[in-house]
Amino acid sequence: MADIAIEAAGLNKWFGEGEAKTHAVKDVSFEAHLGEMLYVVGPSGSGKTTMLSMISGILRPNGGTVKIEGTDIWSMSNDALADFRLHKIGFVFQDYHLFPRLTTAENVAIPLILQRRDWDDALKEAAADLEIVGLKDRAQLPPVKLSGGEQQRVAIARAIVSRPDILILDEPTASLDGETGRNIVKFVREHILSDHRCIVIVTHDSRIYEFADRIVKMEDGKMAGVEKGTLDAQ
Amino acid sequence: MRGILHIAYKLLVNDRAKYAALLVGITFAVFLMIEMTSLFAGILLRASATVINVGASIWVMDPAIQTVANSIPLPDYVLDEVRSIPGVKYAVPLYSGSALLKLRDGTYQAANVIGLDDTSLFGRPMLLSGAIEDIYGENAFIAIKDSEFYKLGNAKIGTEFELNDHRGVLVGIAHVVSSGLFGVPTLYTTYNRARQYLPNPRFTISYLLVEPKSPADVASIKQQVQKAGYLALTKDEFTQKISDFYMYHTGIGTNMLIMTVISFIIGLSISGQTFYTFVLENIEKFGALKAIGAKGRELIYMILFQASFVALTGYGIGVGLCTLIIWLARLNLPDYAAIITYGNLSTAFIMVVLIAAISSYFGVRKVLKIEPFDIFRG
Repeated sequence: MADIAIEAAGLNKWFGEGEAKTHAVKDVSFEAHLGEMLYVVGPSGSGKTTMLSMISGILRPNGGTVKIEGTDIWSMSNDALADFRLHKIGFVFQDYHLFPRLTTAENVAIPLILQRRDWDDALKEAAADLEIVGLKDRAQLPPVKLSGGEQQRVAIARAIVSRPDILILDEPTASLDGETGRNIVKFVREHILSDHRCIVIVTHDSRIYEFADRIVKMEDGKMAGVEKGTLDAQ
Repeated sequence: MRGILHIAYKLLVNDRAKYAALLVGITFAVFLMIEMTSLFAGILLRASATVINVGASIWVMDPAIQTVANSIPLPDYVLDEVRSIPGVKYAVPLYSGSALLKLRDGTYQAANVIGLDDTSLFGRPMLLSGAIEDIYGENAFIAIKDSEFYKLGNAKIGTEFELNDHRGVLVGIAHVVSSGLFGVPTLYTTYNRARQYLPNPRFTISYLLVEPKSPADVASIKQQVQKAGYLALTKDEFTQKISDFYMYHTGIGTNMLIMTVISFIIGLSISGQTFYTFVLENIEKFGALKAIGAKGRELIYMILFQASFVALTGYGIGVGLCTLIIWLARLNLPDYAAIITYGNLSTAFIMVVLIAAISSYFGVRKVLKIEPFDIFRG
C-alpha cells in the first residue's frame, strides 16, 4: 500500500444549536493514499461537501482529526493552515471560480503568485500547465471566452500549478455535458494522477465512477461503506 | 506581495465600467471640493489684499475692526504713543479708504485709495512704469495694474481724473501681489494727499504700520498697544482675523462648508456604492482565493490597494480638472477669485482618503466574512 495522504479519524461536524442543530457529519473515518483516486459519493445532504471541507482544511470539525501526510492540520494556526493549503492542496471548484477580468494564464498562476513567486515566472509556469491541459493557445484569453470544458481544464491547471500532493475536485462534472465530464475525469486520471499525488473527487455522477480506485459512500452524514472503484460500471 | 497587488490592480482596471464609475465619483467629488475651497481661498486672499500688499510686520488698529476695508480712524497721538514704545523701530500712518473717480469720459468709477506715509512711502507697490518720486508731484497717483485696472478706462501715465472735485493724474503704474475683493481699481498716493482729497472724519489714520527692532519685541509691542486701548496684530494675525470674519460672520464660510460636505457625500455615495458592488461581484472569487490559501490580511491588502488606487487616481484627475477650469476661467474672467492652496489640496486629499477608507471598510468586512466553505457549498 502506498503512503497515506489523508487520514481522517472520527470526524464530526454539526451546525446550529438546540433544536436547530444539524449533525452534518457523524464519526467519519477513512484513509486516502498517494497514487489513489478516491471518490466521495452520496445524495444531496449526505454530508460529503462538509466532509470534503474538513479534510481540505477549510472547515474546522467539532470532533476528530485530519492528518495530511502525517500532519494534524487542525492543530495549526489559521495562517499556517492557509500556507499548508497553498502548498499541499489543489482545489477545483464546482463553478470553477475563475476571475473573468484576468487572462487564463493569470488565473492559473494565482497559487504561485500567492506563494510570492515572481509575476513573470508564475505566468511562464502557468503557460506550461496550460499546455498540459491542452489550452496553451488560450493563455491570453479571458475565461469567459472559453467553453465549460475548457474552463474546467483551466481550473485543473490552476489546481496543479503549485504541484500539490492532494487534489480536491468538487463535483467536477456538474456543469458539463456527459461526454465532456467523462473526458475531463479521464484526463485527470491519466495525466494528473501520479504516485506522488492523491485525488479526492466529490460527485454524484455515476457515469464517472469507473475512474475511481475506491469510493467512499455517505448517507445521512455517516459513512455507508468503502467500495472498490468501477462500482456501477460493473 | 507585489503579485497580489498586481492581481488586485488587474481586477480593478479590467472591470472598465466600474472603474470608470469609481473614477467619475471620486474625480467629481475632488473637483467640487477643490473648486469650492479654492473659491473661498481666493475670496479670503483678496479680502486681505491690502494687508498682503502693504506688507507691514505689525498693524495697529481700533479693536473693533473686523476687516481691513472697514477701518476705524485712529487719533494722531496714537502714532506718537506707538513710536515711543520700546522695541519699535519705526511706525508710520496708513490711509485706506474709498473714493468715487470721475474719469475723462465723464463716467464714474469707485476706487480704493491707499495713502502711504509721505516720508518713507512704506508699503509702496512695485512700479511697472513711472518713477516713485513722482508721487510727490502735484495731484499724483499711482494706479495698480491688476484685474480691475481696465475699469480706469485705458489709463496710462498722464491720464487725468477727478476725485472729490480734485484733479488727479497718474504718474505711475504698479503691480501688487493681490487684487482687492470688491472689484474696484486701486490707487496709491501719499498719506497727506489722501487726507486732503478725500472727505474725512475727525481722525484720519486708518492704520499704523509698525516695524519692530527684532521679532522678540513683537509681544511687548502688542502688550503696550493693548494697554493704550488699541489692537496690534502681526500681518498673519490680521489676515487670519479677516479670514475669520468672512468665515464665521458672513455665511460664506458656512455655505462653502456645506458645499464641501455635499461634495464629500456625493463622492462617497457614488464611489462607496460602486466599490461595494465591485467587491460583492467578486466575493465568491475572494472566497476561492481564501480556500486556495490566501490569508485574510492579503485580501484586505488587495481591497485597500484597489480603494487607494482609485482614490489617488481620481484625486489626481480631479486636481488636474480643477486647475484646468480655473486656468480657463481666468483667461476669460480676470476677476475670477480662485486659488488652489496646499490647504485645499490637503483637505480634498483627506476627504478622498476618508472616502476610500469608508468604501473599503464595507468591502473588507464582506470579504472577511466569506468562508471558503461557502464556496464549496455553493
